[in-house]
This record gives sequence, structure tokens and C-alpha cells, in this order.
Amino acid sequence: MRNPTFQVTRRQMVRGLLATGAFGLTVKLSACGNAPTASGGDTLTAGFIYVGPKDDYGYNQAHAEGRASLDGMDGVKTSEEASVPETNAVQETIRSMIDLDGATAIFATSFGYFDPHVLALAQDFPEVQFFHCGGLYQEGVHPENVGSYFGYIDEAQYVAGVVAAHASSSKRLGFIAAKPIPQVLRNVNSFTLGARSIDPSVTTQVIFTGDWADPVREAEAANSMADQGVDVLTCHVDSPKVVIETAERRGIFASGYHANQAELAPQGYLTGAEWDWSNVYNNYITMMQEGKTLMNGGIPHLVRGGFKDGFLKLSPYGPGVSASAQEAAEAAKAQLISGELVIYKGEIKDNQGKVAIAGGKELGQTAVELEQMNWLAEGVMGSVG
Amino acid sequence: MASEALGWWGIPLAILAGTLRGSAPFLFVSLGECLTEKSGKINLGLEGTLLMGAMSAYAVSYLTGSPWLGVIVAGIAGMFLGVIHGWLSQQPRVNDVAVGIAMIIFGSGLAFFLGKPFIQPSAPQLPVISLGAWSQMPQVQSALQISPLFLAGVAIAPLMQWFFRSSRWGLLVRAVGDSPDAARAMGISIFKVRMASIVAGSFLAGIGGASLSLFYPGSWSERISSGQGLMAVALVIFARWSPVQCLYASLLFGGAQAIGPALQSVGIDAYYYLFNASPYILTLIIMIVTCSPKRTLTGAPGALGQAQE
Amino acid sequence: MSDRWRSLLEKICIPVGALVAALVIFGLFCALAGANPFGVYYSIYRAAFGSWSSFQNTLIQASPLMLSALCTALPARLGLVIIGNEGALVLGGLAAVAGGLTLGGWGLPTPGVQLGMALAGMLVGGIWIAIVGALRHYRAVNETISSLLMNYIAIALLNHMVNGPMKDPSSLNKPSTFPIPEMHMLGNLPGSRVHYGLVLGLVACGLAYFLIQRTTFGFAARTAGGNVRAARVAGLPVGKLTLAICFLGGACAGLAGMVEVAAVHGRANESLNANYGYGGVLVAFIARHNPLAASLVALLLGGILASGGILQRSHGLPDATVMVFQGIVFLSVLYSDSLYGKLPIFKARPPKVRPAPPMATATPV
Repeated sequence: MRNPTFQVTRRQMVRGLLATGAFGLTVKLSACGNAPTASGGDTLTAGFIYVGPKDDYGYNQAHAEGRASLDGMDGVKTSEEASVPETNAVQETIRSMIDLDGATAIFATSFGYFDPHVLALAQDFPEVQFFHCGGLYQEGVHPENVGSYFGYIDEAQYVAGVVAAHASSSKRLGFIAAKPIPQVLRNVNSFTLGARSIDPSVTTQVIFTGDWADPVREAEAANSMADQGVDVLTCHVDSPKVVIETAERRGIFASGYHANQAELAPQGYLTGAEWDWSNVYNNYITMMQEGKTLMNGGIPHLVRGGFKDGFLKLSPYGPGVSASAQEAAEAAKAQLISGELVIYKGEIKDNQGKVAIAGGKELGQTAVELEQMNWLAEGVMGSVG
Repeated sequence: MASEALGWWGIPLAILAGTLRGSAPFLFVSLGECLTEKSGKINLGLEGTLLMGAMSAYAVSYLTGSPWLGVIVAGIAGMFLGVIHGWLSQQPRVNDVAVGIAMIIFGSGLAFFLGKPFIQPSAPQLPVISLGAWSQMPQVQSALQISPLFLAGVAIAPLMQWFFRSSRWGLLVRAVGDSPDAARAMGISIFKVRMASIVAGSFLAGIGGASLSLFYPGSWSERISSGQGLMAVALVIFARWSPVQCLYASLLFGGAQAIGPALQSVGIDAYYYLFNASPYILTLIIMIVTCSPKRTLTGAPGALGQAQE
Repeated sequence: MSDRWRSLLEKICIPVGALVAALVIFGLFCALAGANPFGVYYSIYRAAFGSWSSFQNTLIQASPLMLSALCTALPARLGLVIIGNEGALVLGGLAAVAGGLTLGGWGLPTPGVQLGMALAGMLVGGIWIAIVGALRHYRAVNETISSLLMNYIAIALLNHMVNGPMKDPSSLNKPSTFPIPEMHMLGNLPGSRVHYGLVLGLVACGLAYFLIQRTTFGFAARTAGGNVRAARVAGLPVGKLTLAICFLGGACAGLAGMVEVAAVHGRANESLNANYGYGGVLVAFIARHNPLAASLVALLLGGILASGGILQRSHGLPDATVMVFQGIVFLSVLYSDSLYGKLPIFKARPPKVRPAPPMATATPV
């Protein structure tokens, strides 16, 4: 793979340079002996752990790109490990990052790392700060050196729904989802609500594959929805590559997720709901460099945000997005930022006809009910069964 | 772009389409495994071979712009792994199942390692053969877009059947697989025949990988095979070591992958984990029904699974 | 040098030589990938065995493999090649949770709950593999393939149960069963972070060795494994032996699932399916199905797994490097098995033909 005749994209070049950089750093580090948890004077070491490969065109890549954005910062070293399963292997990885690499901040980016793994380590290393992606921290229940962060990516899915409704001529949208869990259901519902805010006759077909990564079944789901007349596809799986490519081959539109997949579908890519972790990680590091910690109360235990807080971004609009669609999407985004628009504002019925959110009730993004969502909104075809 | 919804008719169509699209990897790996097992060895490592084939086909197609070159390189990459398996599994006291599992780890590890730079780019895909131009319906047209590799596999199956039944070389393979002692007495080199069978079988499995990454689902990622290589090993037993029956069984397994999503697309969504496991359950049931302690399976190579002396 | 010493030396030198060869090949691979092989060796050593802390990592990774390996090693004594470890492990874990929740609900004290969990896990894992044995014996279904298929079925069952009937509604984004109360969890060995699963693994390996080598049951199994037809003629109950030994093997894998649940996860969910099963198959084969050797081989694989992270963090190698490393080590060690008795150094000297002793002295008095 290091054959010089290979064409190398800019991204790989950057990654290669990063890798060499990281090598240099650790060599220096091991040269000065492994003083446990030494914060190394002014240098802060942060460890990042991903559950899958770093270049999956999806969830893990979004985090790895956020990590890579720290490389330009002064006084920060990072250490990262990919494909760490949600078993006690993650505890050992964290311990090794603290003991051998001198990490004083750990970013555990997979939902399943939290309980019991991060919680157990937080007790063993009270001076190390643990940040977990998933928003599970509970005041008074969990150790004070644990914090959690998460983005309201359903805001971006709402806007993507607005775009999708404009692009669809069959008025049937498709959503390929891994599992019927609250985070996923919330994206499905927000996408549908966004679309139905433009045209109430739009419906979304949802198919659950049952697995976070199962390319063949994702492609099958995309094809069978295309056969059923669905003409815009989006998804919530770890690596949306196959879904986007299949949509392009079937000549229908696609809306991305996690990262920008526009390259994969030059014709049909509409937009996409992307994470912007670089912003989040930069903020955390800046706060820590200012001497703030979770323990002294300088860093809030729960950090969450949507468009307004810079947690999300939309992929640039593709050629299939009309001017009026762009206008409507930008308007929705602006209203979400200003707080005028609340996605979950009653009355909202579920797809069984029951009232899910009563009339006049507004559930802001922080509402606990939304984190326990177990229903599909009116207009979604499918069941959480 | 507008198309009419198919409703319930979508299910048989989706299964048909899924069968035509998704069965090529099963077909190639099972034909490869069939050839291997006929010579008396088992190769569980074809899962790794499949991934290696998928990765190298995609990489070569991307780097050279020629998907057909990718297919050939995938076959060669398969042969490379086949040589290792063929040589190791024939050493005395070395068990072929164990070597197979080690080869799964080694082959997939190598494929993942070398494949990192190729996850991002899009590689040129194999051309499609459209057989659906007669229909007005875009769904039918799409379902009948056939992979040239699939057609090749369909042609190889009866050829291999003929090979085993009527050719001199096929007879050698069968002789080595059924009664190695007799073959040895006839002056046949068991090592060479088995090596050739394993390498040729791995070549086919590598091509199956190319079908995954260059036709359907048509991209390279580390989860692309989702166990299809191991599944194909079971498929050979399902097919009673007959290449033509491997073809039917592959069609069945390919179609089974489409059942879950197709049912959900018309509104049946309970028990999808169990639906997704249906090919495994079906194979097990068929094995239980058709096997019997009173007689050996028709077509089963006599030396299969016996220790190497 | 006596023959006994020579044979012992052979038993030590061949596996060590295989490991060294694997390290050399892997070093070449790393050098091709642009990493300094000696730096890599040092890192592997440091991360796997370098300090008590990192050795604990190795022990933690090794303990589920010891139990899981017995699921292949025990039936192998009867000549069966079973690879259903993963399935027995996940179902054992699931059953252990069900047992633990039920017994805990009745208010049993902790030792009772833990014993109940272990028995539930062993029972279900044992039955799962006993089914494979029964299919083999009564229907002549190939045990390798049926156990492979049953892995997929077991994983589907696990997913179905934790996403449906056994789901804790409060396990929102990672569907799981209800948790086992903290007080019923298996603890760690004093002064370490290694849980009691390691002790269970070592004890199970010891018992399995005793069972196979020192009991009539083990003798019967080894006899039947050597030649089924002869065993039948000799009147050995081959069917019962098959079922019993498959049950015992499956019970060990089920116990591994229980340990994962009771010492690590606290509940059952998809993380139970973490490839300890296939790892166990390899460990068993490399140990030549000797339970005592399996515990050592498990340590070796544990060390490799423990060093996976450092390869990424210190050498910029991708996550798949550890798989390549594992593959090379196993292929090399498997190959080395074929060298016994072949290397001239270890060959017993051909017995010297002594000159015929003079008749006089040879005459017995």
C-alpha cells in the first residue's frame, strides 16, 4: 500500500502526515519514560477511542476528523485507537492511554462504552476527565469526572427532510435504519416532520436492517424501496456508503448522514446531516487549557447542541436541489437556530393514530421524552416492533 | 424518475432481483469450495479469500480504471491465499479446519490492512447486461440488470459438473477425494491434485469477492462480506457436492437475503433478526432431514474431514 | 543427551521457534508498512508482558479464551471438530442473565445467585453443543458445519431476545437485558483488576485435563476417538459419550458467557458476541486439544490482543495490523506441528548395534 505509484488523495496524504507526526510524538514520550498521568508541563494529552475503523465514511470517520482538527492546536497531543470493541478491551485501552501515553482526557466516542466501562475507569482515575459521546450523564448518579456530549443531529435531518420533500415527485421517502432505538427513531421522525412541513402528503418508509453495518442488506433495502417508488433515500447506519451509491445507481436522490458523501452520488446527492465534532473537540480542549475541568465545575457535565452551537452542518446542496428548496431549507435552519422553530410541537400523532405529543405542548431539544422516543410519527410507514 | 409503486407484487420481484444480484458471491465461493472439498480438503478460509478478492478487485479497478483487470487480480489474490492453505493444510498433523480459521483471520486482516486507502474512493464498476428492455416498468428493468460475473458463474456450474463426471482431471480429483490410498496406488500425487484443487477453488472465491465490490453491493468496506464466505461452505453440503446444485442453492441463499427488507418495505416488520437467520435455519433443517447414519451422503467425498497421515 | 530430554527439548524448541519465525515475518511486514520492526517488538512486549499492569491486560483477554477453547478441545478427543463456541457462549451469557435475574428476584444471597447463573449458563451452553453431538451421532450430520450454522442462529436469538422479549425498556440506545444487581457481580482477584473468570478458566482447564487423562471416562473417550467402530465392538456407549463430552464442552463455553455477563457487562447485549468463540477454536487447535496447553496458548493470544492498541497508537499502523499478526502467529504455530520428529537435531539416535556379547558372560547363572 505504500507503493509510490499509487494515486493518493489529499485526505490520505494528510492522514499519512498525521500518522508520522503521531509516531514522532510517542517516541519522544517514551524517551522521557512513562511517568503515569504526568500532564507533561503545559502539554495536554487527549485519547480518542472509536468503535470501528477510522475511515468508514460514517460515524467513526466523523469523530476521527474531529480529532484530526486538533493537530493544529498548540500544547495538545492526541492518541487514538480504532476498532475497540465494547467489552473490557475498552477499559484496557483507556488504562493504557493513561499509563503509557499520559492522557489526562479521554474521549470515548461509542455509545456502548459508557456503562460499565467508562464509569468503572472514572472511579479508578479520579484525576482524569472522561468525555463520552452519547449524552448519558446523570447528575448525582455518575462520577464527577465524567461528562457527556452529543449533538441534536435530528435538526439537520429535519432540514434534510425539507429538501427531500421538494425533490421528491412520488412523495415517498425512504429511511434505512439499523435498529429501532430512540436516537434512530428521532431522526426518522424529524426527517418525516421536516418533509411533511412542506407537503403533508409525503410519507417515509422505514426499513430496519438489524445491524449497524450490513452492506448487502442495506443495498437490498435500498433496492426494494426504489422498487416501491421511493425516490429519496436517507439512512442511519454506521457507514452510509452503500446506501448512497445504490440510490445513485437506481437514479433516485439520496441524503447523507454522519459525513459528507457527495462524491459518491454526483447526480442525486441532495444534502446530508453531518456532525461537526471538530468544533466540539476544539471547545473542550480550549476550556481545559484555560484550567477548567469537570471536577472544578468549569466544564459542564452535559454538553449538547444543534446547529446553533456548531455541532452540526449540512452537506453543500447538490444539483438536484432547486432554488426554492434551498430557500426553504435555509429558512428552516435559521428558525432552528433562532429557536422559533420547535420540531416536536404538539399536536403530533404517531403512525397508529394515537396522540404522541398533546396539542399546545412543545418539547425542546433537551426534553427527556425525546430521548426515550419509542414511536414513529404519522406519515412513517413501519413499526418499532 | 417517477415510478409507480408495486405494492405486494414488490415482494416476489424484490426476491427475484435480490437473487439475480446477490447470488454471484455465493455461487463463486460455493463452486470453489465444492472443488476443494471434492479433493478431500475443507477450506473455511474462503471468507478471508472473499474479502481479499473484494479488496484487491476494488483497489485495482480504482487504480487502473479497468474493472476486468480488478477481477483477474482478485482471482490471483485468491490463489495466493489458496497456495498457503493448500500447502499448510497438507502438512502432517495439521488440521484443515484450524488452518481455515487462521486463514480467515490472516486473509481478512490483510484485506483490511491493504484496503484502508480504498474505502473512500469510488472505483469503476463492472458493466451490466440489461435483459429488461422489453418491460416498461423501471423496477423490472432494474431487476434484470445482470452481472456478467453471474452469467459466468452460471456457465461454470454445469462445466464443473461435466468436469467431475467426464473428464480425466475431474476423475483424478474425485479419486483423491474419495479414496486417497487407491489414488496413491495408481501413482497419483495427492499433494499436487489437492493443491491444484484448493488453488483453483480459491481463484473462484476471489472472483466472488470481485463480484461483491465491483457489482453488488458494489463498494469496498470492511463489513462487505458479512459472513458470506463461511455461509458458502455450508451451502456446498446443502448442495451435496454437486456444482449444478450449488447454483440452485446459491440462488436460494441470494434470494433469502432480500426477504427481510422486502417484507418490511410492504409493512411486515416483526422478527427481522429471525428472518435474517432464515438461510442458516433452513440449511440446518435440510441437513438434519437428508442425513442419515445408515448411509453416507451421496456425493460426499470419502476422505473429507479425515486426518492427514 | 537422553531421548527423554531430547523429546522435551523438541517440545519446547518447536513452538518457540515457530513464534520467533512468526515475529520475524511480522517484523518484515511492519518494515514494509513503514514501521520500525524493533520498535514494534518492544512495544508488543511492553503492552503485553512488560509490567504487572500490562500483564493483567493479557490475563483479562486470555480468560474467556481458556473456557471457550475447551468447547473445541473436549469433543476433539472423540474426533469431533466443533466450532460452535461463539453460539454456546452468547446463549450461555443470555441464560446466565435470565438465571441471575430470576434468582436475584427471589432474594437469594450472592453466592446462590452466582452459582445459579453459572449453572444456567453451563446448562444452556451444554445443551446447545449437545444438540450438535446428537445430530452427529443420530443423524450423521457433519458437526463442524452444523455448529457453524448454530453460531449464526444463536447470535440471531441473542439479538432477538435483547431487542424484544428480554429488553430492559430503560436501555434506550443500546438494547440490553435488565442488569444484574451490582452486589451479585463477580469480583476481581485481590490486588488486581483481573476478574475471577481467570480462576474459573484455569480450574476448568485443570479439571478437563484430569478428566481426559486420568479417568475411565476420559480413557473411554480417547479410545472411541481413536476408532469409533472398534469402540462399538468393545461395547463402549459411543452415543452417550458423544452427548456427554459435547455437553461438557458446551458447558465450558456457556460458562465463558456467564463470566462475560457477570464480571464484565452486567447484562446481556450484542457486545457478548466479541469473537471469543473463534479465538477459542484456534487456541484449542494450537494446543493440540490439550487443556493444560490451551491455558498457555490462551495467554499467548491474550498477549497479542493486548498489544493491538499500542501498534496503532505508537506506530501509526492501522487497526487491522493485529489481525495480520494473529494470522501469521497461528499459521506459523500450526505449521510447526508438522515438524515433530522431522528435525534431525531432535531425532533419537539410531540404536547402536552392540557387538554381540561374548557367550560366556551372557549365560545366566
